[in-house]
Amino acid sequence: PAARELTQNPLQKTWEPYDNGLPAGHSAQRGVCMTNCPTLIVMVGLPARGKTYISKKLTRYLNWIGVPTKEFNVGQYRRDLVKKYKSFEFFLPDNEEGLKIRKQCALAALNDVRQYLSEENGHVAVFDATNTTRERRETIYKFGEENGYKTFFVESVCVDPEVIAANIVQVKLGSPDYVDCSNDEATEDFMKRIECYKNSYETLDETLDKDLSYIKIMDVGRSYLVNRVMDHIQSRIVYYLMNIHVTPRSIYLCRHGESELNLKGRIGGDPGLSVRGKEFAKSLAQFINEQNIKDLKVWTSQMKRTIQTAEALGVPYEQWKVLNEIDAGVCEEMTYEEIQENYPLEFALRDQDKYRYRYPKGESYEDLVQRLEPVIMELERQENVLVICHQAVMRCLLAYFLDKPAEQLPYLKCPLHTVLKLTPVAYGKCNHIYL
Amino acid sequence: ISPPPPSRKRIKVDAERKKTFVLKMPMELTQSRIQKIWLPNDNRPALPRRSCGPQLANSPTVIVMVGLPARGKTYISKKLTRYLNWIGVPTKVFNVGEYRREAVKHYSSYDFFRPDNEEAMKVRRQCAMAALRDVKLYLTEEAGQIAVFDATNTTRERRGMILNFAKENGFKVFFIESVCNDPNVVATNVMEVKLSSPDYRDCNSTDAMEDFMKRINCYQASYQPLDPDDYDRELSLIKVIDVGRRFLVNRVQDHIQSRIVYYLMNIHVQPRTIYLCRHGESEFNLKGRIGGDSGLSNRGKKFAVALNKFVEEQNLKDLKIWTSQLKRTIQTAEALQLPYEQWKALNEIDAGVCEEMTYEEIREQHPEEFALRDQDKYYYRYPSGESYQDLVQRLEPVIMELERQENVLVICHQAVMRCLLAYFLDKSADEMPYLKCPLHTVLKLTPVAYGCRVESISLNIEAVNTHRDRPEEAKKGPNPLMRRNSVTPLASPEPTKKPRINSFEEHVAVSSALPGCVPQEVPTQMPGQ
Repeated sequence: PAARELTQNPLQKTWEPYDNGLPAGHSAQRGVCMTNCPTLIVMVGLPARGKTYISKKLTRYLNWIGVPTKEFNVGQYRRDLVKKYKSFEFFLPDNEEGLKIRKQCALAALNDVRQYLSEENGHVAVFDATNTTRERRETIYKFGEENGYKTFFVESVCVDPEVIAANIVQVKLGSPDYVDCSNDEATEDFMKRIECYKNSYETLDETLDKDLSYIKIMDVGRSYLVNRVMDHIQSRIVYYLMNIHVTPRSIYLCRHGESELNLKGRIGGDPGLSVRGKEFAKSLAQFINEQNIKDLKVWTSQMKRTIQTAEALGVPYEQWKVLNEIDAGVCEEMTYEEIQENYPLEFALRDQDKYRYRYPKGESYEDLVQRLEPVIMELERQENVLVICHQAVMRCLLAYFLDKPAEQLPYLKCPLHTVLKLTPVAYGKCNHIYL
Repeated sequence: ISPPPPSRKRIKVDAERKKTFVLKMPMELTQSRIQKIWLPNDNRPALPRRSCGPQLANSPTVIVMVGLPARGKTYISKKLTRYLNWIGVPTKVFNVGEYRREAVKHYSSYDFFRPDNEEAMKVRRQCAMAALRDVKLYLTEEAGQIAVFDATNTTRERRGMILNFAKENGFKVFFIESVCNDPNVVATNVMEVKLSSPDYRDCNSTDAMEDFMKRINCYQASYQPLDPDDYDRELSLIKVIDVGRRFLVNRVQDHIQSRIVYYLMNIHVQPRTIYLCRHGESEFNLKGRIGGDSGLSNRGKKFAVALNKFVEEQNLKDLKIWTSQLKRTIQTAEALQLPYEQWKALNEIDAGVCEEMTYEEIREQHPEEFALRDQDKYYYRYPSGESYQDLVQRLEPVIMELERQENVLVICHQAVMRCLLAYFLDKSADEMPYLKCPLHTVLKLTPVAYGCRVESISLNIEAVNTHRDRPEEAKKGPNPLMRRNSVTPLASPEPTKKPRINSFEEHVAVSSALPGCVPQEVPTQMPGQ
């Protein structure tokens, strides 16, 4: 049989088979992570155990690595239906009206899950609710089976009263439910709300739930129980969940000081710092000193300009090849004018889809994200870190922390001689300071 | 922002932070010739900087296996060690059973393991101590990073002793316990690796099986499993239950422990086959040019057709096919008329400025680079390109996914295939760039006992030979000065030294006989030498 012709996609530079001029099947691009059937992640746990924190963070991570993911918070559905929250009594186990509404909300959310996964090309849906009874979980599991989804449970178990109190202060007091309450009133009501769930709480059980796929997170990550991981995406989710932590810390992102090629308007290459770039390095040293950061780790790429910048700090640093700037392939060391002259088609294509555009013999932002994933994983493990990198690289990292989608990523502003300080705040990582 | 005016004065020592803060002027760097790493010019002792990524481990770590006999402790020890060495973390297994076989030349029966056999208990304890002494030597004087202490370690007393030992020496400890009560699994393990042990050299299978089961019994009464909920809640550990169905993880301390947990959670013991081959011969191959993105030659296309036939004949259930994103591997896969996945990570090594050149052209235009590559082919990075060391880092997710999968055919490239093969066959960094991976040949890998069987199947389509042997002058070893700032990945210590290049089958024999091996000397390639 005649072999199918291969054509190189002009944007992504990938080779694809064509049958009589039409794109043919059989060939899949390995993104970072392939999912076969959609996955339904089901959160489990009493209130104030970090379920929504985990849902949002996990969703952000999966979207960043290219797995379309969306969270569905049943509490949000409840707030939309019951316009005004009165008190914990809504959650009493014998409040029939309350139970009816809550079940309705759960079903509405599941319906949206089905739409997302089966009609909107979603790959992963995170169903964020207490799901504390076996009965509720069975309903959800059946729903998953009927629709051809794999179900993975994520349970957060914590009995430390200090942790719970801290969670309440951080995210519950500011909830729309308590907009008209004082902090004391809100805390008291919320504690009673938690009590409403305790009697009927059935934790995931070693024997009764032995055939389910799940991870049980205990005491904010001190220990984990992992049961029946079914596939690649579940394995990645488990790995991610086991690496994140909640210890307060700051991440500093900046580019190398201005380089000789920056001065000439040329991209890429491996030049050294310009005079002003060296000045920046010294200012950076001073800035870091003033920040008085405990146990700061410093990371650079393996390109001269970031290493020179780090050298000025006078502290140990680690060089990561994967932090190297995007490879511009045949356009390396050109000016944008030269690229436009010599490669007008490439120049135009890049503006069409800057995220997916791959330089000939080079890389795309999409490739960068895949390359940077181990950096993100290690950043999650670490505490205070300063990453001295490059424009495209910094945009990718920033997009992860600020939850920016692929379309916006290549246009994020990362100017030279500017440090972004990121500190985790409530559900986001959204404080940043331009200095 | 306008930065403050340049100042050359020394900022005073911040006594609380015990750090001198010096403003340096030049920030002068030089690029190392082989690895192309930028290093400061001065003669400061090298700061602990790894060129291959994050510092994987600071203090050395002792991994302590825990579990009844025939629970897969040695299987896990060897596999984990192979993986860690491949990613560049010097690791070695210390199997107490082997020390015992050295001390007690002839094994008579399970009576040796009876808890009331005082003489034997003494010998067994001495063996454990001897092994720990060697662990200490390896981690403190031989640049080892991780030692895997492979023994039953089933009592709290023994584990307490090891924890004290580690504390005295500043080692981290990570426990790996394998718990399995499925009698089928245990029986299979016994048949696969115990019956061929030197202990049962003179027994028939039935007697050996019976004796071994009694041996396991000797441990049952005193077995105290790890208890992360209470007694052992401060320890760092992973409990592997029922061959990976379930895991309990407690207090992961650092990056390397996190990687170890991830690895253990991805491996499995289902029988399966991995096929490795290169793309069919390409147009550039014919011209003697390296790299590039050329299509298949006529012979290359013939190979693709032959590969299709070969795959059909193998009659596999659910074969996954992976290619790189370079045209020649994809064209090869197209002939199979089956779904395949393209991985950019499987692309051939980037030869940077030497892309698309012939070796003659490289020798002419970049003579120094040409010589350097022969000196130290594993660490050598092409200018603006990659090294084998870079390839390993790039391929690690491929290896991880290969571990998760079952039957897979990987259609890739020469350097890439060498890296993958080195992982499966436990070859050192030194050997890796010279492994023979000819065109139009499929390597069929099957897990067997503690290792990997490899069959080399040529599909009998002519092709050029792209292999370059290690040159004579380079054989005496690389310049030690060029090893600064990098650790030499080691192969797990082998039972016997044999020439590797043409002896895949020999390696097969060696691999499956590992249960009977004696502890080995440390390989000769060490950092700083």
